[in-house]
Amino acid sequence: MTPIVLAVTECLCLAIAAPAVVGYVRWLKARLQGRRGADFLQPYRDLRKTFAKGMIIADTTSWIFHLTPCVVVASTVAAAALVPVISASQPGDQLGDLFALMALLILGTIFLALGGLDPGTAFGGMGSSREMTVAALTEPTLAIAILSLALTAGSTSLGTITNTLLTTPANAIGPGHALALAAFLIAMLAETGRLPVDNPATHLELTMIHEAMILEYSGPYLALLEWAAALKLTLLLTLASNLFVPWGIATSLSAGALALGLAAVLAKLALLATLLAVLETRVAKLRLFRVPELLAVSFTLALLAATSSFFTR
Amino acid sequence: MSEAALATALTACAAGAVLAMVWPSGAGARRLSLASACAGCSAALVAAITVLQGSLSWTWRSEALLQPLGGVSLRVDPLGAFFLLIVAVTGAPASLYALGYLRHLDGQVRGRAVHALFNVFLAGMCVVPLADNVATFLFAWEVMALSSYLLVVSDPEQEGAAAAGLWYAVMTHAGFLALLAAFVLLGQGGPLEFPAMRAGAATLPPASQGVVVLLLLAAFGSKAGLVPLHVWLPRAHPAAPSHVSALMSGAMVKLGVYGTIRVLFDLMPPLSPWWGGAVLALGVATALTGVLYSVAEPHLKRVLAYSTVENIGLIFVGLGFALLMRAYGNGVLAAMGLVVALLHTLNHAVFKTLLFLAAGAVIHGARTSSLEGLGGLIKRMPHTAVLCLVGVLALAAVPPLNGFTSEWLTFQLLVAGARYTEPALAIVLPLALAAVALVAGLAAVSAVRLFGIAFLALPRTDSARDAHEAPAIMRAAMLLPAAGCIVLGLIPTLAVAQLTAVVSDLGLPMGQLDTGFALVLPLVGSQLWPIAIAALLGAGAVVAAAVAQTSRGPVRTDTTWNCGRIAQSPRQEYTAAAFAEPLKRVFTGFYRPTHEVSLDVHPVSPYFVRGITLRADFAPWMEQTLYTPLIRAARWVSGQAGRLQTGSIHLYLAFLPGALLVLLLIARWIR
Amino acid sequence: MQLFTKILRTGIVTEPLPDRASSAVMLAREIDRRARALFGRALAIRQVDAGSCNGCELEIAGLPGPVYDMERFGLHFVASPRHADMLLVTGPVTRNMAVPLRKTYDATPDPKLVVAVGDCARTCGVFAGSYAVVGPVDRIIPVDASIDGCPPEPADILQGILAALGRIDAGRRE
Repeated sequence: MTPIVLAVTECLCLAIAAPAVVGYVRWLKARLQGRRGADFLQPYRDLRKTFAKGMIIADTTSWIFHLTPCVVVASTVAAAALVPVISASQPGDQLGDLFALMALLILGTIFLALGGLDPGTAFGGMGSSREMTVAALTEPTLAIAILSLALTAGSTSLGTITNTLLTTPANAIGPGHALALAAFLIAMLAETGRLPVDNPATHLELTMIHEAMILEYSGPYLALLEWAAALKLTLLLTLASNLFVPWGIATSLSAGALALGLAAVLAKLALLATLLAVLETRVAKLRLFRVPELLAVSFTLALLAATSSFFTR
Repeated sequence: MSEAALATALTACAAGAVLAMVWPSGAGARRLSLASACAGCSAALVAAITVLQGSLSWTWRSEALLQPLGGVSLRVDPLGAFFLLIVAVTGAPASLYALGYLRHLDGQVRGRAVHALFNVFLAGMCVVPLADNVATFLFAWEVMALSSYLLVVSDPEQEGAAAAGLWYAVMTHAGFLALLAAFVLLGQGGPLEFPAMRAGAATLPPASQGVVVLLLLAAFGSKAGLVPLHVWLPRAHPAAPSHVSALMSGAMVKLGVYGTIRVLFDLMPPLSPWWGGAVLALGVATALTGVLYSVAEPHLKRVLAYSTVENIGLIFVGLGFALLMRAYGNGVLAAMGLVVALLHTLNHAVFKTLLFLAAGAVIHGARTSSLEGLGGLIKRMPHTAVLCLVGVLALAAVPPLNGFTSEWLTFQLLVAGARYTEPALAIVLPLALAAVALVAGLAAVSAVRLFGIAFLALPRTDSARDAHEAPAIMRAAMLLPAAGCIVLGLIPTLAVAQLTAVVSDLGLPMGQLDTGFALVLPLVGSQLWPIAIAALLGAGAVVAAAVAQTSRGPVRTDTTWNCGRIAQSPRQEYTAAAFAEPLKRVFTGFYRPTHEVSLDVHPVSPYFVRGITLRADFAPWMEQTLYTPLIRAARWVSGQAGRLQTGSIHLYLAFLPGALLVLLLIARWIR
Repeated sequence: MQLFTKILRTGIVTEPLPDRASSAVMLAREIDRRARALFGRALAIRQVDAGSCNGCELEIAGLPGPVYDMERFGLHFVASPRHADMLLVTGPVTRNMAVPLRKTYDATPDPKLVVAVGDCARTCGVFAGSYAVVGPVDRIIPVDASIDGCPPEPADILQGILAALGRIDAGRRE
């Protein structure tokens, strides 16, 4: 199986699994709330229905409105192409590294914000403003988390980080690794708009961040944006699991190793999704002006991780 | 070949200046002088590329010109040629742009003066990177400063232009004095020529060395826009005509960077790591200051001016890193730092030119320069909107444009440094990395705000509603830097290859940084392939669009959903101030916001309120803490000196022999 | 931790829904077959309060809760009519809400359904003839199903929605 075919397959795996991850989180939250809930395939039905709906284009919008869903999908897929999913041999490394991945996610965020400002509604502007603020404030945390990974692995390239951790598991022992993982997960909550930063299931516009920007979208554009958000969550969860706890990932291209890699990543995704659902049941949404405090906590954790990596080398 | 091209460039600028004043018809004067400027820039570009490609280095001397000061001495080496390239790359679009932008000044003498000064400004900026002795350098520096000052104050209708010009004039001349003092110290009594200074710099006593570096950092830093000497920049750049602002932000501040590199990397030997650390810290502080103000400013061109301050900060982060690595003896990382700083210099010049020209087009078309008064311009100025979007995305540093390349390299640089060097840097470099990442995020906020508020949604004022598209020549002029942003972003190795020549000429060994179309950093093992990323993005967007087209149901256009209200009005849109509000709250310690609320009550009773006015502003704490005491002290001193003007002619006559006596005593003492 | 022990102790409290709709549910007209096919297992609902006393809203607010759990049928509430497939309208339509109701309907993309909840929505209820009331919902927008009651029980509301989707048999037809 040539590397390019493998990379495309991995990317497709993430794309196809994304709504299932979101569906599983919703199902588990329903069960924790004492109700039956829809099964984990419900988001696929939602997407199928939304794709077939008609669209209404607002007359105050411009071509930015049409361009936004395409760019958001393209940037999220391009970021997903860089993530090691099943195999540690990463042809995506030739495209870019962790910093490039973060920049691709920011590209999607920028266009989402522009798409929120385009119709000229107050809620769209509010969502765009809040989303850009949160995105800007998570940048330092992510940069330092990448630095602490790069200090032990010697590179910011995703395949190299994964492989280094597989060959020298001793690097994972010590506070730096765990702190970096904690910081990364908190930053991930902010990036993907989950509780306690943003409630994905709210219908109160004054509490929305991500949802407020897509209030004007309908039909296939809406479906593309929802699916891209699910893909962003899935790829960040996969990144957290395969960069910090890569054991199980395939190091060779044999069928057995790949099957094991697939099973391993699904198990890790299921575990992280379970933790996410439990967290979302336990905490309430933070006020917007308390979110920077949360991000400052994650930044401190990341900085501690980076400096402890210096001293344990 | 490069000699001829350079001579052509300078002659063309001189000819342009003369033609602007003497040509009988105003329109002809404009066309000829600006065409001449454009030709001069193109010739300079050819000269610069020739020198860089061939790693040439030649000198030219003339004792006849500037004879009392020691003659004119030029030296064209790769570093000077690179900055000449930056001036050319900025000047050519600006001169084409002015053909359409200043058409309304055709009948006035002021128009001729502006075109002549523009040519003189370009000529000055072309000579500064090539000067090889102090006389030439300072002469060209002063020509550049004077012509740009006159251009800043040239528009009588621009409010605040006179005050801006005053700040600019005072600070640039203070810098001039610092430069003069530093060069005199560096000369150590010998001839004030750069080769002599280079040879003798190793023997400079350390105290002198410290003073020299401090003075030069202050002078060049002030010109570049380093905090806290940046205060002239957000005043002067918005007041100048837009093509001049583009030149000032794109080329003139880079000459401050040039001066720093020339002195610290070329003339002087490796300095102690403290200087490198200081430059790095100043760079970080500058970047943070610039980006925080650019997020919150309502004036379109001031946003861009503060963004220039931010990018200069990022350039100085690279320079500080290079100085640090040089002090620690790590030549490869020092070379990489210098390359990154120079690459960002070029990238910033290209996209800032585009943005200032686009801002000029917006102000020209919509007749208002505040973000709060714009809106909906994407429908009224569609081509300008597309070009501005390219510039804004480069500003936000997103792949695959050129802003992203230099930002990615800066990140890699700081990671490589943190991995390979002293524990002493264990705190400094991660904090610098975090700060640069925050700056990058905030720059994205500023970019979205700039484009979103100015171009999207509904027009907020009548003048925005009646906006008209810029003339074709202005759009064509903007197309040049836009194409540059895209090409430099997709194929960064075009620029990196030229920088190899510059860096090795400065004596720093250059590691292999590229393989064909991808940037490869062997030190850190990471790779960036912008063309592949662009292809992936393009393919993804096309597939998404195809899916949306084929799968949907009926499509119709309708009014915006505004919760069932009767009509959509621009009052419902988010304003520029509102967009930045969450960040203003987070960084309230930096912004020090002031609120003034005044009530307009009915004369009958104070309980009937007719209107409430809120005035929200920032306290300019940098000016208040650093500059106001200086200004007050200067006023006090001049007040005291005014006491000498008693009005008595006898006292004034007595001053003459008194001054002569003092001068004789000083001369005696020096002997 | 007390929260999770409570969750474990409480368990699933969702009540099963009867297969046949009660007599409160009424289909106003033949539902578009295409709409039924599309919305079979996934439906986004936008609730519109066209001047109601909020009694119906209190009952509707019980639908996403653990006892009635509308999510198990694939139904969920959305904030924007652009995202919606069905409008759930309550209240006699007051003068001030007539235009917003019409605008909400126009803002919803096709295909769409409308379900009127409560006596007020079908016949203006106790507010019939008031100077502030324009008329029942079907005077402003076309209604596909209605649910009687003042207020109707959440189970009836749920059955009304499912009947409009064709997933259970309707109680009455008009």
